[in-house]
Amino acid sequence: MANMAQAIRMALHYGETHLGVKDIFGEDVGEPMGGVFTATQGLKTSWNTPLDERGIIGMAIGIGLAGERCVAEIQFCDYIFNTIDLLKVAGNTLWSSNGQYPLSIVVMTPVGAGIHGSLYHSHSLDGWATRLPGWKVVMPSTPLDAYGLMLSAIEDPNPVLFLKSKALMRVRGAELIPGEPSDEKKLKSMIDAPIGDRSQWKPQWPQLEKFMIPIGQGKVLCEGNQITVVTYGRHALLAHKVAEDLLKNNRLSIEVIDLRSLYPYDWALIKKSIQKTGRVLFLNEDTEVTNFGEHLAYRATQELFYELLARPRVLAGKQLPGIGLHPNLEEASVPSAKDIQKILLEIAEEVP
Amino acid sequence: MAQTQVEKKMSTKKSNQVLHKKNKTRPQEKSLPLPKELLRSIYSLMLKTRILEERLIKIYKAGEAFFWIGGPGEEAWGVPLGLLCHKGQGPEYDFFHLHYRATPTLVAMGMPMIDAVRLMMNRSTDPCTGGRNFSGHYCYPQWNITPITSPIGIQYSLSIGTARVQKRHNSKGITIVSGGDAGTAEGDFATCLIWASRPKQELPILITVQNNRWGISTSYSTQHGEIHIADRGKAFNIPTHVINGNDPIETYIKLKEIMTYIREKGRPVLVEAMVSRLYGHSSASGTNFIPEEDSLQLFEQKLLKQGVLKEMEITEWKEKFELEGRQAQEQVRQEPAPQESDVWNHIYANNENGDWRNF
Ligand SMILES: Cc1ncc(C[n+]2csc(CCOP(=O)(O)OP(=O)(O)O)c2C)c(N)n1
Ligand SMILES: [Mg+2]
Repeated sequence: MANMAQAIRMALHYGETHLGVKDIFGEDVGEPMGGVFTATQGLKTSWNTPLDERGIIGMAIGIGLAGERCVAEIQFCDYIFNTIDLLKVAGNTLWSSNGQYPLSIVVMTPVGAGIHGSLYHSHSLDGWATRLPGWKVVMPSTPLDAYGLMLSAIEDPNPVLFLKSKALMRVRGAELIPGEPSDEKKLKSMIDAPIGDRSQWKPQWPQLEKFMIPIGQGKVLCEGNQITVVTYGRHALLAHKVAEDLLKNNRLSIEVIDLRSLYPYDWALIKKSIQKTGRVLFLNEDTEVTNFGEHLAYRATQELFYELLARPRVLAGKQLPGIGLHPNLEEASVPSAKDIQKILLEIAEEVP
Repeated sequence: MAQTQVEKKMSTKKSNQVLHKKNKTRPQEKSLPLPKELLRSIYSLMLKTRILEERLIKIYKAGEAFFWIGGPGEEAWGVPLGLLCHKGQGPEYDFFHLHYRATPTLVAMGMPMIDAVRLMMNRSTDPCTGGRNFSGHYCYPQWNITPITSPIGIQYSLSIGTARVQKRHNSKGITIVSGGDAGTAEGDFATCLIWASRPKQELPILITVQNNRWGISTSYSTQHGEIHIADRGKAFNIPTHVINGNDPIETYIKLKEIMTYIREKGRPVLVEAMVSRLYGHSSASGTNFIPEEDSLQLFEQKLLKQGVLKEMEITEWKEKFELEGRQAQEQVRQEPAPQESDVWNHIYANNENGDWRNF
């Protein structure tokens, strides 16, 4: 099974060979490194840029204005903040031009904590990203979803932010990407660059197939009827694990929804689930004040108030200026399995 | 140097030939730096632009618009640029990333006055923004005029993208980016210089700065240690020019040469044009005439002296443009305003739903 970095790489390869992507670029994205997480190794249209995030986003918008497709990378989302006005411009270009200038561009960036990244390799972007009207925002939790969402992001006529959980880049899924060889070692030998001198190396791409996950479509990771958990990214996997444990140990039946797309988001799926369970937790690791989960909790309260059996909860990262490096600090900053379990038990016990 | 499309058109014009016949023996004509019809055309476009901007200011002062910003004082710079470009849609043609003083370029490219009035008065008929944005914030995809935006300087960062696409297409189209002197302090200006001059990846960009020595109320002399902004290009081996942007002849001749160079070499050039700011920064600073060097007046005097123009013609043209502006205003008053529901239009392509309440 491919890991997420390999899945993204294969999606980008499909994009440059089948979907008209002409440029894949960013810091250390081209040869010899192929991206700090190796997600752009061996691609024929990838190239290294100057160390200039504003230039990277500006380049992407310019390519979009010229009517072409590209995938730009910001090396870590921690360094995307000096481009925020350019992201706003990308989001308002179609609108401000009265529908005349669509921008079919993708910006991908690693997000979140979980790799001992300290202050500047642990930021989240989902809260900020969902405050960029005009952008679509996706955040996969499995390699197959990453593949399918990247293809959709590339084909989408709008700007799409593709958020990749840093902590998931080496995680493998349970499903094969269409065309992927079933032997992990074989895949590695085909598409992973060798250690050391790579100047003569060329990848051997598998015969990949088109596989799209529509933007805006969430997925139920496990069915349940007592509490709904709405989450995404690495916390989708974490919540799934907690749900399995709680079912086994506490006979608590939890439904976990992996949103996959943050904007537009799959309200129909969320609503249906809450109507079934009457209890809901919105879970993510971005800072807790003005958090995207708060928007969803607000909507749940407004639209489903009389169907709720407990207060909707948001469990998010603490409102801190950074994530500290020591594991004690990091674990205290973002929701852990223990935190998730604790709050789910609380929700379960709440009596209306 | 090869003739431009405009010059070719001019030299084959019937009226031109007739004029030449009539004034066969005029001694000055031989010594004119540019074809007579071209000079007349540049003048008339400069005049048209000025009258249009003054119409927009009147609309503002009459309380029929919220805000004015524009390009009086940049006509001698902007009109030649509009005449020299390769106008069209897509990478084969020139791309523009302009700022809010670009009316002269747009008028020279053929924008009808009424469009600027529609933008000024935020009508739903405003072809650039549908009533969403300020005056001067033009957008014409059919001419590669990418949306003019408010954040100062960002156009320099966007320009590298269209230029890269042109480079890939091996096109003769170039990218033209312009901004003000104060805005060059933004990092985007450095971005443009750096990305346009990467070794073996040079980009076909005409990087321009219109130096009017002001950023709203802040004087250039208090914030810039460099002698010329253009000098910053030298560190990147980018050819640089400082030109008198109040002289349309100098501007036309130099720009023609420079644009030909960029088309042929596929490399960037940085041009700093010294210009005036004749009605202050914007309506926020009063929009009263400020007695700086006025390129329109100077050019008019020159052409009158050389016999290229007659007083009578100037009066006629003025009346014609005045009338066009007045009629535009009257018509636009009658045109529909945007509707409340229009806020949800064009957030996403194909008018896909942008309102989360409907997800
Ligand atoms: C990023 C940004 N900062 C501040 C402003 C407010 N502002 C609008 S115009 C302007 C001055 C620009 O001066 P200059 O670049 O010289 O252009 P000019 O107006 O003189 O043509 C400022 C500060 C802005 N629009 N964008
Ligand atoms: Mg200025």
